[in-house]
Formats: sequence, C-alpha cells, structure tokens
Amino acid sequence: MITWLIRRLFQAALVLLSMTVLVFIGVNVIGNPVDIMISPEATQDVRQRAIEALGFDQPLWRQYLTFMGNALQGDIGNSYVYNQPAFDIILQRLPATLELALVALFLSVVIGIPLGLYAGLYPDNLLSKAIMAFSILGFSLPTFWVGLMMIMVFTVMLGWLPSIGRGETVEVLGMRWSFLTWDGIQHLILPALNLSLYKISMVMRLTRAGVRETISKDFVKFARAKGLSPRRIILVHVLKNIMIPVVTVIGLGFGGTIAFAVVTESVFAWPGMGKLIIDSINVLDRPMIVAYLMMIVIIFVTINLIVDLIYTTLDPRVRLETQE
Amino acid sequence: MTGITDPQSDALARSRAQWAAPQADDGSLLRDFLRQFTRSGLAVGALVVFTSIVLAAVFAPVLAPQNPYDLMQLDIMDGRLSPGSQGYTGTTFWLGTDDQGRDLLSGILYGLRISLLVGAGSALIAAVVGTAVGLVAAYAGGRTETLLMRLVDLQLSFPTILTALMILAVLGKGIFNVMLALIIVEWAIYARTARASAMSERRREYVEAAESLALPRWRIVFRHILPNCMPALIVIATIQIASAIAFEATLSFLGLGVPITEPSLGLLISNGYRYMLAGDYWTSFFPGVALLITIVSINLVGDHLRDVLNPRMER
Repeated sequence: MITWLIRRLFQAALVLLSMTVLVFIGVNVIGNPVDIMISPEATQDVRQRAIEALGFDQPLWRQYLTFMGNALQGDIGNSYVYNQPAFDIILQRLPATLELALVALFLSVVIGIPLGLYAGLYPDNLLSKAIMAFSILGFSLPTFWVGLMMIMVFTVMLGWLPSIGRGETVEVLGMRWSFLTWDGIQHLILPALNLSLYKISMVMRLTRAGVRETISKDFVKFARAKGLSPRRIILVHVLKNIMIPVVTVIGLGFGGTIAFAVVTESVFAWPGMGKLIIDSINVLDRPMIVAYLMMIVIIFVTINLIVDLIYTTLDPRVRLETQE
Repeated sequence: MTGITDPQSDALARSRAQWAAPQADDGSLLRDFLRQFTRSGLAVGALVVFTSIVLAAVFAPVLAPQNPYDLMQLDIMDGRLSPGSQGYTGTTFWLGTDDQGRDLLSGILYGLRISLLVGAGSALIAAVVGTAVGLVAAYAGGRTETLLMRLVDLQLSFPTILTALMILAVLGKGIFNVMLALIIVEWAIYARTARASAMSERRREYVEAAESLALPRWRIVFRHILPNCMPALIVIATIQIASAIAFEATLSFLGLGVPITEPSLGLLISNGYRYMLAGDYWTSFFPGVALLITIVSINLVGDHLRDVLNPRMER
C-alpha cells in the first residue's frame, strides 16, 4: 500500500511538472507576453529595458526555471487587474467554486442513484421511461441555456429563488460559505442544480445499466435463495457492485465539474474561480490565467489520487493487482 | 387455391423473401440502408426537421424579413418589442426584437448559418485529422501507436471546456480560433474510434489479401481499411457535430466565441440574457429553442444511425 501510494504520488508530481511546461509554453511562447505587458507606444529603449527587467531576454529554459522557482514558493506574479498575487486571488475564489461543485456532486448522487435504481428495477414502468427521457435531455441541452431558463422561470416569473451571487455567507475556517445560512442556501439551489444536471443524467444511466446487469447475476439469485429481504439485496449486494463505475464517473468527473462551473458561474454571477477566469481572459490578465490553470491541474491530480484510493477500498481486486 | 393460407408455407415464403432480399438489391447498400433507416419514424422526422433547419440557414437571405447585419434596416425605435407586435414602420416581428430593434427571427436565421458552419466545419476537420491519426496508429503499431494513443488519452482526460479556455486564452477570440479549439477538443474522439475499428479490420482476410499483393501501405490503409471503418465514424461524426454546435454556443455565450458583428445562436442568447431579468424572455428563449431543436434533431438521427450502421457498438 505504501509503495503503491509513493509510486502514485511520484506519477502525480510528474504530471504536474509536465503541465507546468505546457502552460508555460502556451502562455509565454505562443502568446507573446512582451506585446501585452509593454505599451506599443513605448520607445525602443524603454522596451528593451522592460524586456530585461522582466527576464524575457533570457533563454527559454532559464525563464522556465525562474518561473518554476517562483511558482514553488506560491508566487506566479501579480494580477494586472487586482495588483495582488494572482494565486491569492484564486485561493480567495476557490471556496465558492468548491462549494458549488460539491453541492452539485451531492445532488447528482442523491437524485441520480435513486432514480437510476428505480428505472433499473422497473424498466417498463412509465416513470422509468420518463426518467430516461429526462436523462437524454440532460445530456443534450446546453447547460448555459438551461440555466437561463431556470432563472426565467424561478426568478423572473415565479419569484421563488434568487439567481445572482452567493447571498449571505458565514466565515468558517477562514473561508466564506453560503450553505450555512438560509439566504445562502436559496442562492445555491439554482446554480447547483444547473451544474449537476449533466451529472444527474450520467449517474442515472450508469446506475440503471448497472442494476439491469447485476440483478440477473448468480450472487443475487443466491442472496434471494438465502431468503434475504429484497431491500437488503438491492441496497447492499446490488448497489455495492455498481458503485465502481459510479464512483469513477462522479470522482473523475469532479475535476470536469469544477471546470464546467465556468459556465454556471457566468450564468448565475457566482463569484467563483470560473467567473474570474472568464473575466481574466477578457482583459488578458495572464498571471491570473496561469494561476487558474495551475490550480485546476493541482485539483485534477489530487482528485485522481483520491479516486484511486477509493477504488482500492471498494474493490479489493484493484489493490491486489497493484501490489504485485 | 383455397382461401385458407397455410401458416407454415406463409412463414416459409416470408423467410424465403428475407433470404432473397439481399440478392434482389445486391450491390445497393444504399437502398438497404435507406430501408432500415426509414423504419424509425422518429429518426425520419428528426432528419426532416434538421434538413429544414439547414435549408432555412442556407436561404436565410431570402427567408429573413430583414438583414440583421445591415444597420440601415434596423430602427432603434423598434427595440425590445414583444413577439408578434408591430414595429414603428408597420412590420410585424413574429418573435420580437432585441435591444437594437433587430428582428429576432432574422437574427436566428442568420445566427444558424454561423452556428452550423462553425459546428459542422470544425467537426469535419476534426474527423479528417482524428481519423488519419487513428488509422496510422492502428496500422503502424509499436512505438508510434503508443505515442499517438497516449496523446489521445491525455486529450480525452482533460475537460473539453478547459482545453478550449486554454486555447482561447492564449490565442484570443474569433471564429478561426473557436474552430481551432473545437478541432483540438474533438479530434481525439475520432482517433480513438478510427483506431478501434481499424484494429478489428486489420485482421480480416481482405487486408491480408491486399498485403499479399504487395500494395503500398497508404493504399491499404486509406482504400481498404478506411471504407470499412466509415460506419462507426459517421455515427460519431453526427453526434460530434451536435456537440460542436452546442459547444460553440457555450463559448460564444461566455464571450469567448464569435465576434459580436456576426452573432451565432449562442451570442444571441447571451445578448438576450441581459434583458431577461427585466422580463424580456424572448430574446434568449427563441434562439435557445432554435439551438435545442438543431441539437436534438441531429442527436436523434445519430442515435438511430448507430442502431442501423453498427448494432454491435456499445451504447
């Protein structure tokens, strides 16, 4: 287990390193930072001095090493817009995005699994067909438009729920959270539901397919023959066996959920990282963009690691294979 | 002949007809395909809808009541009119107008052109690039294959929106960059599909026969293996076109897509968003419905194509 963990950590570090190279090349080589950071009206002399001051006259590998050296100390440079360290700003915005993504994840589990279970157990039922039709819509409708329609119906027409911002927040552990106040929860419902729609459909389909496949297996028949209650068979024996694909999709998809929060955050003016990156791209705030990309990569690598760990507890076979 | 039909001979006749059918139109794969495709009313309906959408987009200059790009035809006095109301000059705006007095129906028809062009165009280029990569990987094998497929895995493990954000952050906005982003996002899916079907085709006898004839490699790959991979690729391409259109709309909504001078459906929706909280539902609603019908009709056709062309493929 320890060897496995060390090996995985090493791999994660490698991925992280190669991503920094990619991001660095993307931002500093393909796009020319000199043109953006120095006014075109600057004289040749000023320009030259600025290039030297910013280190753009150095060979690329040396620039990369400087960049990495600073990055390891958490310094990616100041945001042009906020004139504060870009990484700090990202960290300030991170809780909002995390909260949104986690609530969306929670919704996709508590809505997706029961509905998928139902559709799998009673496939010919009318409700099951409605569930499946809903899942197709969940896949093909563009998230942002669904979000807009939610605002239109629930905020503009019915006036039930607010749709802009995070509402009242409470500070816990130095971070601001919405889900602890009633106002905050009201603000959370629409964006979280919007972000989770795609996930709900996916979890529903996976659960349904898993149930359909597992229910006819021998161990289920055996459990039935043993006289176990149907509730126990479904909730323990069947559910446990379909958890692997579900955990994969939910877990590995969590990074995707955070990335796709960009869209939902823009629709609902949710002050998270996603809204920040869109604003930063629009004003070409490069340190901000780099900080965001690095943050996302770190989140990704961490999630992969955690999902792998969950695997080993869910399916002992995985552990055996890796311990060879 | 008696009036009674013998059930057995009836069944026999039917099975004979079934056996005879492929011979009757042998060589006509197309007719066979059409007969199978038309079995699903839903898919045919979706195809009709989609064809009408494409025609509406192509003939937008003829069909649209006004040219939404021609500022001379717009009247600011007609701004934000609700659907069906009459304008300042007496024209009726069936779907209402936006804040600049632009007829929404015309806007949608012209917007469809951009959406379809960007979506279909990038999906097709991605198809060519991805298929080529997949075929080369499958046929070359060895280190080339490992390298190319690692690249594919890397691309697929990254959320599409992130790749697009990275590209647009580095290169800036604009139709060309959006298409580039879409191509980079989508090529890997084609590559994986092409490789998977090429791998199974490789072991077939006709490839062995072609190899025995010492035909050049490129010829075997592109003239022998590729045509047999087409069914799977066509299915993927159909669905990818729909997702490319949706993705372009998303990017344009975020303000990273097409320029404001030539709005696609996504940008129309985004423009309308600003007035939605004031109660103007139509400026976002109708372009969204147009987008929705387009995407759903393509997906329905694609879904049925999958059943017809490749029943073995996993859903």
